Amino acid sequence: MKILVVDDEEDVQALFLQKFRKEIKGYEMEFVFAFSGEEALQYLQTNEHGAVLILSDINMPGMSGLELLRLIKERYEKPPPRVMMITAYGDDENYNQAMKLGADDFLTKPVDFVALKEKLKAKLV
Amino acid sequence: MIFEIVLAIVLINYLRRSPQITGVSAEWSKRLFIGMMACIALLLFDVIADKQVKISNWLSYLALLAILYLIYSKKEFQFAKFLIYAVLPLVVIGIIKDLSALISPSFYKEWGDTFDVAEFFAFVWVFAAWLITKKQRKALEKEKMMALAREKEFKITESLKAELEVQVKERTADLTKQKEELQQTIIELKSTQAQLVQSEKMASLGELTAGIAHEIQNPLNFVNNFSEVNNELIEEMKEALDKGDIEEAKAITADIIENGKKINFHGKRADGIVKGMLQHSRSSSGVKEPTDINVLADEYLRLSYHGLRAKDKTFNASMKTDFDESIGKINIVPQDIGRVILNLLTNAFYAVKEKRKLIKEGYEPTVSIGTKKIYPLFGSGGVEIKVMDNGNGIPPHVLEKIFQPFFTTKPTGEGTGLGLSLSYDIVKAHGGELKVETKEGEGTTFTIYLPV
Repeated sequence: MKILVVDDEEDVQALFLQKFRKEIKGYEMEFVFAFSGEEALQYLQTNEHGAVLILSDINMPGMSGLELLRLIKERYEKPPPRVMMITAYGDDENYNQAMKLGADDFLTKPVDFVALKEKLKAKLV
Repeated sequence: MIFEIVLAIVLINYLRRSPQITGVSAEWSKRLFIGMMACIALLLFDVIADKQVKISNWLSYLALLAILYLIYSKKEFQFAKFLIYAVLPLVVIGIIKDLSALISPSFYKEWGDTFDVAEFFAFVWVFAAWLITKKQRKALEKEKMMALAREKEFKITESLKAELEVQVKERTADLTKQKEELQQTIIELKSTQAQLVQSEKMASLGELTAGIAHEIQNPLNFVNNFSEVNNELIEEMKEALDKGDIEEAKAITADIIENGKKINFHGKRADGIVKGMLQHSRSSSGVKEPTDINVLADEYLRLSYHGLRAKDKTFNASMKTDFDESIGKINIVPQDIGRVILNLLTNAFYAVKEKRKLIKEGYEPTVSIGTKKIYPLFGSGGVEIKVMDNGNGIPPHVLEKIFQPFFTTKPTGEGTGLGLSLSYDIVKAHGGELKVETKEGEGTTFTIYLPV
């Protein structure tokens, strides 16, 4: 399973690679990283169905996570990749908007990696 | 010689009736009365007696001389001194005439006409002197009255002056009191002003707090996450060592070291943010130091955005930055310029937020900040910092007041009205300029120009 992580914080890459090193080693999961919404769209354009699951931050400079979510759900219909939103602002408005735009899940920072791992493994089955 | 006796009677009566004697000296009044009675007796004697008897003549001269001597010698009769000059010639001529008649009748006969003429003139002189004196007296009286009136006037003026002096004293006391009160008020106002400046700083700090919390949260998450990962890695390293897999243990060590660096980096990042916050709340050092204006602008852009987001979670805005990397470090007071940038950004976000309330669809709230190095034809050049928003703009009647202290369009309690006024002062203190361009309905651009 290929997972695209979108976050403007570059150290997220190192963190995910280490948190999921066992899964990566065992070829259960594969991670790709984009540091902005624009970069994520570019990746998806060149690698259609390159990711089954997208983990995106909401607050990013430039294109926001919600805008990215809307564009992904618009452009990639069959089958659309699952998109999980991650944000520091776990307020109702953000949550409702994400859900309205078709987000598959909604997580708040700081990310609970144990819970995230369980969720990802459940999606694998 | 009836005339001399009558004159003596008139003189005594004059003296007796004069205001200087009547009611003042009862003794003199009595003496004069006796004298007058004696003169009247003499007059009767003169009328009854033989014309040839000259004794009454001599007695009348004696009476007149006595009266004149009295006037001459006594202080009480000083007022009548003029009588001496008036009467004396008549008496002297009378005495000479009568003496010559007594001693040398031939001489008297020869000079009799001359004596009569002299007597006549002396007689006229008495009346003339009397009239002149009376006239003088009247003039004197008049003058005296006038002097009295002047004195009265003077007294009135004096009392008015005294009254005025009292009033002036009262006024002066009032004014002194007022002056002291005003001085006290000025002292109070100055301390209020200092408090206001501080509270403005604290208000903007309040706006920052949420943004700062968010900015600190990110590095803290990394610190927590990487330290957790390191604990896991240490466990794994132990397992690898137990298995004797030295290669694996070495690889894990490399990761642990990397993570340690990241923990340190994010710890320092949080530290920097807290320091920046403290720097903002502290009173300005006023010391210019080389500062990267781009870093400062970027920091405050994120802080102000997150600050606004924390207050109103439904709010979203695009942030655009356009930094001129060729600027390098410039000499400014970072806390002060930071406050100016923060003020302008807070206003910009407020403007787009207000427009968002009015226009729900098809409006993308955008706040931009940009820097640019200015190369002038002459002089040393400078740096321009532009803060732009696509809000509603500023109407002309508001525009002319925006730099006035305490002017605010925000609801009571939301703005101190000091943000732009303080910003203006700070930029001026840097020798720069703060300008505004606005178009109603389209947005506003504030430009800070700082000389380098």
